[in-house]
Formats: sequence, C-alpha cells, structure tokens
Amino acid sequence: MTAVRTLVVRVPDWAVIAAGAPLHEPAAVFFANRVVASSPAARDEGVAPNMRRREAQGRCPELIVLEHDPARDARAFEPLVAALDVLTPRIEVSEPGRCAFPTRGPARYFGGDEPLAARAHALVSDVLDERGAVHVGVADGPFAAALAATDRATMVVPAGSSPAFLAPWPLATLERHDLVDVLHRLGLHSLGDFAALPAPDVLGRFGTEGAIAHRLAAGLDERPPATRPPPPDLTVEAELDPPAERVDTAAFVGRALADELHARLSARGHVCTRLLIVAETEHGECFERLWRLDHFSAGIVADRVRWQLDGWLNGTAAHRPSAGISLLRLVPDELATAAGRQLGFWGGGGGADERVVRALARVEGLLGPDAVTVPEWRGGRGPLEQVQLVPAGVVDLTVERPASRPEWCSEPWPGSLPAPSPATVPRSEIAIDVVDATGASVLVSGRGDVSAAPARLEIGGRPAREIVAWSGPWPVDERWWDAANHRRHARFQVVTDDGIARLVTIEGGRWRLAAVYD
Amino acid sequence: MRSEATAERISQLHEVAARARPVALAREHVLPVLEPLRTLLPDGLRRGSTVAVGDSTSLALALLAGPSGNGSWSAAVGVSSLGLAAAAELGVALDRLVVVADPPSESWATVVAALVDALDVVLLRARRRVSGGDARRLIARARERGAVLVLLGDSWPEAADVRLSITSAEWKGIGDGYGHLQARRVVVESSGRRAAARARRVELWLPAAGGGVAAVDELATVRPLRVS
Repeated sequence: MTAVRTLVVRVPDWAVIAAGAPLHEPAAVFFANRVVASSPAARDEGVAPNMRRREAQGRCPELIVLEHDPARDARAFEPLVAALDVLTPRIEVSEPGRCAFPTRGPARYFGGDEPLAARAHALVSDVLDERGAVHVGVADGPFAAALAATDRATMVVPAGSSPAFLAPWPLATLERHDLVDVLHRLGLHSLGDFAALPAPDVLGRFGTEGAIAHRLAAGLDERPPATRPPPPDLTVEAELDPPAERVDTAAFVGRALADELHARLSARGHVCTRLLIVAETEHGECFERLWRLDHFSAGIVADRVRWQLDGWLNGTAAHRPSAGISLLRLVPDELATAAGRQLGFWGGGGGADERVVRALARVEGLLGPDAVTVPEWRGGRGPLEQVQLVPAGVVDLTVERPASRPEWCSEPWPGSLPAPSPATVPRSEIAIDVVDATGASVLVSGRGDVSAAPARLEIGGRPAREIVAWSGPWPVDERWWDAANHRRHARFQVVTDDGIARLVTIEGGRWRLAAVYD
Repeated sequence: MRSEATAERISQLHEVAARARPVALAREHVLPVLEPLRTLLPDGLRRGSTVAVGDSTSLALALLAGPSGNGSWSAAVGVSSLGLAAAAELGVALDRLVVVADPPSESWATVVAALVDALDVVLLRARRRVSGGDARRLIARARERGAVLVLLGDSWPEAADVRLSITSAEWKGIGDGYGHLQARRVVVESSGRRAAARARRVELWLPAAGGGVAAVDELATVRPLRVS
C-alpha cells in the first residue's frame, strides 16, 4: 500500500515575498519579537529562525523588519493557487506558500508527471513574476513530494521509489523536535535509519505520534487512508442575507460556522484534517478551496475561512467574485478519529475549554473585538510596558501561549522597577503636582538633582496629602535614537500619610501619576 | 447509519455515567485560596459567593491567585488599570486571565452574566451603581454556575457574603529619599454572612518582598525590648 501520488508546489520564504520585500535584500518576518521567516540574503548575514529582533538587527543592521500576518500571506497566495485551477479542481492549500494536489487524473491528461510538473511550474512562475523561486515536486505522498520540492525547479521521484528517495534526508525534516531529539540519542540520523525500525516497536515505544512519523519516514501516508467518505450531514452552511461583500461580515458568519462544525465533529469524536471551504455568490458563481489542517480547533478553522474569504474578495480582478457572497459552506473533507489531547497531570493543560472560548466570543460580539483582551509579556521598564493586552480574538486560547508566561522575556531590563509591582496602573495620564515644603513644584535637573525634598502630593482637586516617605529620582532616558518616541523622565516612589504608595514621574517639568500600589 | 447508532450509544453511555457519578463533593463547592489567606477563608472561596474587597486591587488579585493557580479561568471587568505585572507576582496565571473593557451600562449585566456562565472567578468594578435587580440576577447566576464574584469598589448594592478590608497598612523599605518600596505589612479583617459571619483578622505581607503574599512571621519580626 503506497501513498497517494502527489504534486507539491512550494514557494520558499513565502512570508517575506507576501510582505512585498525583495528576496535579494535582507528581510525578516517577526512574530512576538522573534524571527519566523527570513529572506536568503538575511540568512547569509546570520539571521536564524526564532532569533530575537535585537540580535537579528545586531547581526544585520540593514535588516527590513516585517510584521507577521498570516492573513496577508494567505491572501497573497490565493492568486497562485487560482492559477493552478486549470490543471485540476480542489487544490489543497497546506499552508500559505505550499499547496498540493493528487496527480492521478491530471498526470494522465497532460501526459505524465514530468510534463504536469513543468506545466505547474510555468503557471505559478507566471503569476509570481520573478518575485521568488518556485519548486515543484512529485512523489508518493505529500511528505515526500514536499521534500522533492526543495531545491530543484521541478523534481519527479519515480513511482515506488519514494522510500529510497527519503532515506538519506535528516530526521529534522519530520518537524517533531522532541521525537527527533530522542532518535538522535538512539543513534538514528536519517529517515532511512528510522524507517528501518519495525513499525510495531515504534508504536510501542513512541505511541501514535511516533507511529505517524514512522509512516512518513517510510514513504507512506500520514494516516492510513480513510475508507469511507464522511457522512454528508457533517457539512455546515449558512446563507448570508444580505450577501456579504466585505471580508469581516462574511468572516463573522464563518466564525459561527467554525464553532458549529467543531461542536458537531467533536460530539462524534472526530477531528477534521482537511477542510473544503465553499462560497457561492448572488450570480451563481461557486468558489471552492481545500485547506489542510494540522490541528483542529474552532479558532484554526475560523482563521482559514477568514484568510480564504480575504483571498477571494480582495483578490485580483480576474478571480474576484462579481457579487457578494450569499452562501458559505464548510465541508469536512477528510476526517480522523480524535486522538484526544492529553491534559497535564494536574489539570494544567493551559488551554481554555470550549465554554470559556464561547463565552468570550459572545462578549466580543456584544462589545466589539478589542474589548476582550488577554495579557502577554512584552518586556519593558515601566509597569505599563512589561505586560500588554492583546485582543483575545487574535490568539488561539485553546492552546498553550508561551507569551503569557514571564519566561517569555528572559532578558534583563536595566532600570526597570524592582518588585513588587504596582497593582493599579492607569492607562491614561493623570496630572498631579508634587510640591516641596514651601509649596513650589519639585523639579529635577538634567543631571538628576532634586530641587527640594517632596513634601506634599496634590491629585486633581482633592486636598494635598503629606508625603511621609519618598525615594528617587530614578531617571529613564528611553529610545534616544528615535526622535518621535524619545522619552526622558524621572520616577519617584512616594508614600503619603494615608499609607498609600504611588509611583509618580516628572517629564518636562510636569508631574504625572504612573501607578498606585494599592 | 452506523455512525449515528454509535453516537446514540455514546450519549446513552454518558447518561449512565452521569447517573453513576457520586453527588458533588464538598471540596468541589469551593475554590482554593493562597495559603496565607487560609486564616481569613478557612474553607476557601465558596462557589456561588460574592466577596467584596473594598478598594484594594492587590487584595483582589491575591484572592484571584488561588483559583487561577489551580487551573481556573478568571476575568476582570471594568478594571482597565489592572497592574498585570503585579497580578503575575501575586500568583495569578496570566494565561488564564481575561481583561474585559468596561462595558457600557446598557450591556453591563449581559456581559458579566456571559462571563459568570463560563469562568470561575469574575473580578468586577462597576463605574456606576449596579441596580438591585441586576445584582440579584447575577448572584443567582453565579450560584447556579458555581462562579465567584470578587467586587472592587462600593458600587454593589447587595451585601457581599464575605467582606475583606485592609484596616492598616505600612510600607517597608522606603525612607526619606532613599530605598524603595519593598513590602507592605497589612492587617486584613473579614466579616460577612452565614458561614463567614465570624470576624477574622490576619496580618499579612501584601505584597511581600519580591511580590506575592506571605503571612507575617511574628518570630521574625520580634524587636528587642527597649531598655529604658
């Protein structure tokens, strides 16, 4: 039983190309301050994946910094996939930058795998228009085909020889870091070494995850092919009345559909591994696109739907729907049995359960997407900068979020406030006055000298309070290299006679209340 | 057809499992609190109860820390000035905290009710006085869903089940122009209704040196007698 013969089209460094940066210049895409993708020129300068922004810019000062935006990647990729529609329907988008389709039908029509690969290469290269390279690979199974589409323009691995083709590749291509680490220590270094192990032993020692990796290494499909098509009643659809011409209106419906699909499938103990997104317009046009899902959650499905809608509605004139979308349908094209997620022994799986996610979605619906936020560590000197709030809609709450843990910012911030941190940090500026014993405003000189000891604190119209203890000034000179964001201020901690401690700052002769230790 | 039959079987199985499950245990009715707060709340936070903490945000965060550290999700509504770094220092798991902007008054009750439905602890600060009807509906909802309402400020019309207040506070580590805020020694008193009716009193470091909560260890703070 060999894997389905598959053609994979891959555009390397897609995130950089989608952001509009030329590949011959050093550019990198950052997410949460870490490199997620980089141009070849940047890699030559030593910019590596997962590197911090500061380090990357240190190695390559002229680096173009790009924001990570999966929606943009997906939207920009849609025209490339649309170009392949002339070869075969139902092309599967594995991720922005990589798509795949089974070759059985089209290869026969176009006279074999080689001409088909050449044709696919020509079609995509036309659309890409010199912005980057295109690699096309044909092999048994999407995994081998993706590896075939690595360095040559087109590469066809003859049918049946995928195991031999895969054997010399390093284990890191499996993209399972923990497993690969163990295998290395067992003395296994290539896919061939791993594939040579007996499958039952691998299953016994490494579980389902190991068995899947073993199947891949041996040139088989990730999962044994599904023997029956999914029953049709799992399809979810919604009619849009009035038809949606904007992405956000359609994506809102898509989100509800994603929730419904997820609820239906999980009630049956299934996960969807490949999803067909269908949109029909008022003029009877029908758009379809397949998406490969590595993980299955309502949030992931909703994202794919939004990206795809964005790709269609904001695409090139040739492919754009001529009217608003009147029907949206999600078809679970390929199902697998839910292997279940092993929660932490002490219940610390980290992810939110469905109830929480649904409640937050409801509150988002009531108050708008920016009203519901979750904290993430960002690093900084002030209490307002250390932890920042990001909209809950843009993160997947069902999986663990490393940015919500303090270890995320491991680098020290010299000059940051010592613990304990203030419990109340006003988001807006509150003007106050700090006066000395004579009633004159306390000032701090450019050298950090205080004009007089602070004696009283005046907040708004309330009567002034006596200052019983104070400390400072702690000068901060931030972003002096950036004229627009340059800030220079001095901080004090003051305790008033009512026992309340406050953090106050003076900037340009004006006092502000920065935080309250209540 | 087969899959439908399986689904039916599974639902039957769930039904049987629900019937065979023991009734809720007493400890499932309470959420844990941090060790130093045990003196004030010996049984932990009773699910469905309301706790008023006056104006002390750090006391509210210390209350949140217990359930949050044990896997509960919590939300803060209308507390946009919440010090999140302080929350983390006090033991609140930031990956299970949601901060909701202050809702407009017409949807305030709906938003809080939606959160009470799904989250274990909801920290509230209302901008204006909550109507008696809204408050009673929310209390009933919290009781039904087993959530705890932690109330900041004095805009809540109903009497809370437990009322915690800081009666005295003294900062350590800061002097007249030197040092920095290190720890605050506070006296917290609790009063309330029913099970919490007995007044309790505890001395705490809130926050303790380096953040967090700690009980005041009397032995460590004994000062030598002044010989006159």
